[in-house]
Amino acid sequence: MWIYEKKLQIPVHVEKCDLQMAKFLITQYGGPDGELSAALRYLNQRYTMPNERAKALLTDIGTEELAHLEIIATLVYKLVKDATPDEMKRAGLGGHYADHRTALFYSDAQGNPWTATYIQAKGEPIADLTEDIAAEEKARVTYENLIRLTDDRGIIDALTYLREREVVHSQRFREALFIVEEHNKNHKYDSNQYYNPMSGSEIFTNTNINPEDILR
Amino acid sequence: MNNAATTSCKKVPKEKMLKEIQELQFALVELTLYLDMYPTDRRAVCQYNVLSEKLNVLRTQYQMEHGALFAFGEFPSKYPWEWVKTPWPWEV
Repeated sequence: MWIYEKKLQIPVHVEKCDLQMAKFLITQYGGPDGELSAALRYLNQRYTMPNERAKALLTDIGTEELAHLEIIATLVYKLVKDATPDEMKRAGLGGHYADHRTALFYSDAQGNPWTATYIQAKGEPIADLTEDIAAEEKARVTYENLIRLTDDRGIIDALTYLREREVVHSQRFREALFIVEEHNKNHKYDSNQYYNPMSGSEIFTNTNINPEDILR
Repeated sequence: MNNAATTSCKKVPKEKMLKEIQELQFALVELTLYLDMYPTDRRAVCQYNVLSEKLNVLRTQYQMEHGALFAFGEFPSKYPWEWVKTPWPWEV
């Protein structure tokens, strides 16, 4: 079940109205490598993952992607909200205005509508997790492209944050894939048993942790 | 870890309080994803619990002053029903 928290994950501000940038940004809303694709892909794949850690990871990253979707929506909303139809037309958003006025919609930067063909679920964890890693890398690249397309500091800050998150997600998916591959190589290793797949031993076995040791 | 909202008696501006919540929650999101892959990291679990408690304190303070951050029963509402009134995140 999903609970909605009425705040953005990060504060978001834009310096000025920029319709052309809004047109580019929308690809991370409803485009092939955008947050909607990511969220729906992970939240759908999680049902048939073979181990608990992968189910948790896909659920949690999928949920975070919905929060990122909201950030992109906020950026576009703030960039577009005061635009006149004439300004929309001049920015190449005349078609969008005809179909949607200033409403947001799930499409790529060319206006192609979102499609489930952007995602896949093969029901086999190596294929699915490999796709997830690729998806995160593609999203990272798209953010790099978008950052280069603007000099608005507010937009750049938000996009830089989102790009960093994609890097972290990619790292987690690589670890999840490793666990599955280990399981396949060594059938004595049950992927629902917890141990550090990298070193083969339990990490951080210190049982005398005080909160003060952690907070500085 | 000190922050203005829990250590100061002066009124903290809404934006600052919200930012502290966002920063704290970010650490917890990161810890969640990490722990999903490394559930036996005792230190990380401990850190998660300490930060989680801090977040609850901050959230309660924020919500008491500025209205609920959640619907569906997470936090009580003043009269009339506050949820529709509190600012929507994309307008902030």
